[in-house]
Amino acid sequence: MTPAVPDVSFVLNVSLLVMLLAVAVAIAVTRSLLAAILLLSVYSFLGAAWLMVMDAADVAFTEAVVGAGVSTLVLLGALLLTRGETIKTDWKQQIGPLALVLAVGGLLIYAAAGLPGYGDPASPANSYVGRAYLQATYNDIGAPNVVTAVLASYRGFDTLGETTVIFAACIGVALMLDPGSSGAPAQASRIRPGQHIVLKVISKLLIPLIILFAFYVQFHGDLGAGGGFQAGVTLAVAVILHALVFGLDETTRAFPPHLMRAISSGGVMVYSAVGVVCILNGGGFLDYDFLFTPQLEAAIPPGLLGDPDSKHHWGQHFGILLIELGVLLTVSSTMVSIFFGFAGRAPRAASVGQGG
Amino acid sequence: MIGLETLYVAPASLVAHAPILAIVIPLLGACAAGLSPGGRSAWMICVATAVFTAWMSLATACEVMRQDAVVYVLGGFQPPLGITLRVDAIGALLGLLISVVGLLAAVVSGHSLVAEIRKEKHSLFLSGFLLCQAGLIGIVYTGDAFNAFVCLEISSIGTYALVASGGASDRRALPAAFNYLILGTIGATFYVIGIGFIYGATGTLNMVDMAARLAAHGQSAPVHAGFAFIMVGLGIKAAMFPLHGWLPGAYAYAPSLITLLLAATATKTAIYLMARFLFEVFPDGAAASEVFLTWILGPLAAAGLIVCSLQAIFEQDIRRALAFSSVAQVGFILLGFAVGGDQGLSASLFFVVAHGLIKGVLFMALGGLTIGIRARRIVDFAGIGRDAPWTVLAFSVGAASLVGTPLTMGFLAKWQMIEAALAGERYWIAAVMVAGSALTLLYVGRILEVMMFREPAPGAPRAKEAPAGVILPALVLGGISIWFGVDSSLPGQLSVAGAAGLFGVRP
Amino acid sequence: MSWFIANFNYIVVVILMMTGLFIIFSSANLIRRMIGLALFQSSTGLFYISLSKVSGGTAAIVVPPDSAEARALAAQLDPAYVAAFGVKGVVYANPLPHVLILTAIVVGVATLAVGLAIAVRVREAYGTVEAPEIDDLGRSVTEGPENGR
Repeated sequence: MTPAVPDVSFVLNVSLLVMLLAVAVAIAVTRSLLAAILLLSVYSFLGAAWLMVMDAADVAFTEAVVGAGVSTLVLLGALLLTRGETIKTDWKQQIGPLALVLAVGGLLIYAAAGLPGYGDPASPANSYVGRAYLQATYNDIGAPNVVTAVLASYRGFDTLGETTVIFAACIGVALMLDPGSSGAPAQASRIRPGQHIVLKVISKLLIPLIILFAFYVQFHGDLGAGGGFQAGVTLAVAVILHALVFGLDETTRAFPPHLMRAISSGGVMVYSAVGVVCILNGGGFLDYDFLFTPQLEAAIPPGLLGDPDSKHHWGQHFGILLIELGVLLTVSSTMVSIFFGFAGRAPRAASVGQGG
Repeated sequence: MIGLETLYVAPASLVAHAPILAIVIPLLGACAAGLSPGGRSAWMICVATAVFTAWMSLATACEVMRQDAVVYVLGGFQPPLGITLRVDAIGALLGLLISVVGLLAAVVSGHSLVAEIRKEKHSLFLSGFLLCQAGLIGIVYTGDAFNAFVCLEISSIGTYALVASGGASDRRALPAAFNYLILGTIGATFYVIGIGFIYGATGTLNMVDMAARLAAHGQSAPVHAGFAFIMVGLGIKAAMFPLHGWLPGAYAYAPSLITLLLAATATKTAIYLMARFLFEVFPDGAAASEVFLTWILGPLAAAGLIVCSLQAIFEQDIRRALAFSSVAQVGFILLGFAVGGDQGLSASLFFVVAHGLIKGVLFMALGGLTIGIRARRIVDFAGIGRDAPWTVLAFSVGAASLVGTPLTMGFLAKWQMIEAALAGERYWIAAVMVAGSALTLLYVGRILEVMMFREPAPGAPRAKEAPAGVILPALVLGGISIWFGVDSSLPGQLSVAGAAGLFGVRP
Repeated sequence: MSWFIANFNYIVVVILMMTGLFIIFSSANLIRRMIGLALFQSSTGLFYISLSKVSGGTAAIVVPPDSAEARALAAQLDPAYVAAFGVKGVVYANPLPHVLILTAIVVGVATLAVGLAIAVRVREAYGTVEAPEIDDLGRSVTEGPENGR
């Protein structure tokens, strides 16, 4: 059974994929590291556009902010610190990897061709658990955005793991790049306030708007595309923009690195605390229906969220709100902390043969 | 022998939530350690957390012995919509191993950290250490395939940075950590690709559900590809030959605490996941596992055992030698898988726990010895038996178990493996196992001979006895190894039940 | 040819994955290897999303049933199709792979950050980020003085 309208989105799909292919090959072939990093940013952006064509709104949002935004920042920071030289390519070195990659790729294509057809609504993937989520969400949780509902409630434990991974990255980068209590504030920060009046004025206008938008995305997450991850990265981007334009010293006065790390661990603690509270109230871990004791539920004024039937969903709604808050805290502070780690590190000319 | 079923460990309400608490408590501890101002307070948080985690994993193990497998529903949604934790017998045993080794390592960290890591980084380091533990327990307790990936990454990302922290004392830790990161992430991504194929074919992520749907699905190219990718991905994480390239560097140059944790637990969890996919999720026929076991896994594991044992014999650096020994023992374990059948699998799982304890003791004692002196090569340890008798005693217990001296757990483990191979009529596997054990004797014997019978070089720095905070945990681990060698009912029961459980899940 | 069109998505995604893998294995420069790793990981995400596409479906945000919006969405498709595969009158895309890939993207950027931090430290310790030169240095000088940070 095919839909009546020819799939215009298929044409868009094909053209975006071809563009992605071209960019990927360009990344493989180019000799300049800076070009490779910028091409990767373009790749992420094209990927986000393709994801929209595939009806994956939340994923497109995340890919755009995280892939095209934060990844590029971090890569550029690392490039500056390692004084990327042009790459020497020895074509003899590339034969082995090429052969391996062709073999694996050929097998993969052969195997993927055996998967259910593209867009098939009756495939096992699309008709079993995926479909069940769409049917059950309204009754179980009451939030329209099914992706947020699955992320925050049905598979909330995975999201706790994901938040923990971000926290682990914060710890990891701090272990590697944190100057510690000795030293760094004394040395002049690498990012100096520039002379560019235009940049400063526009940033002063934009940064509050970006922060406002971040909070909109955060709270709107269960109604439309959005959620804690996207909002957290957007918030971090506002801080990073401030640091880029006004200098690192100014920004670290407002957002000191150790406070960022504390907020990062605080976010994970908030998330886990929600789960533990659910246990203490008699349910399972992260079972939001047990988030409120019956007395608390009775105290909430009816119609608070505009839906008189929402009594069944109080726990879900507030549970999702709280864990998204935890995610926001961890993600934003980690991204800022990672940026501070790279930006606050002065490039050293290490003499070859010594330990720095 | 105490039967775990009858042991009262905690009130029932706490036991009901023990599996998730064993994962969440280290997580909260990691957050608290990250917040704490100084190394000392972080260490106390770490030890307290580790005690609680060990308690919870013991409660889970007792519960698993009472029922067949403990299923804990997360978020109040039944599978396959929600995620569940599914702890079977061997998962509980591995959880115990991780938390006990973690606890003893936490105690040891008080001394080894001071020697190897800068003071300001102590709380970050211990925070990462606890995160790693939380992730490892998550891997063995979870019942959802994608959740296993997330927990794998929690433990791995912390580990990469922790291994690189060894760069403060030896800068070779840094490229080794980078290499580990690249290969580990490729492995995890291969695993995700494999899960993608299986999801495309079955539509579910819950492992029990997957097993049921794959049995109905039968053979097809996507299922084969998914199986291959999952095996390769987990093989990289488990350091299966020839995918083990990251291991010698990471073990040799990381801080001794991290080598201890990795050697005792990280590869074991990946092996356990492999076993679950090989025997539980993919029923015979869906992925031609018979062919895989006989023609691919068996030869590769045998090659790993022989080649890496030979490399260990010729290696000059002591930690690299022990690292190659670890890869060789992983080969030994996978040979047990290749034997197939209940007996081979339960012998392998028993060996997994034995090896975890053995390497734990060895690296703990070694870490204690290197607190005083900066010794790297085996010859640097000449005559150390006289200067640090207790520490060397702990090391010797571990070494004896590795070789397979009677009365140790290592002996029982190897005996069971060879017995299973003979019972399964895989004579070539039994021959390889015997050869591997002989090679193990060679390199372990060489190390012990240098330590105890050779005169120290004139002018070489003299070692001191390791502090009590290091010797005691090492002796405790060694003692456990001997106890299980004499009376192996606890791990034995659990591994047999675990093997039966893995086979029994298949419809 | 029709086989090619039918499996176009999968073919391109596999080529993207293999490009990323090729960059990792054939590069000596550590930063370039991280770029390859990022490419490899994000292409894996594209693979999952290709699995979740439903022809004629829309983003998985449930619109109120029987609203104007729902009717407009359903009007574009064959009614029998909507009846068979729609949920409350509208056909949606499969939300589960979206959730999985959200997680994978975030894990990818975390790995990238840690990997680059390690690469920066390698540069500080060895003065270079080219792998063969690091190996040579490793063989000539085994232990440097206290490496500081």
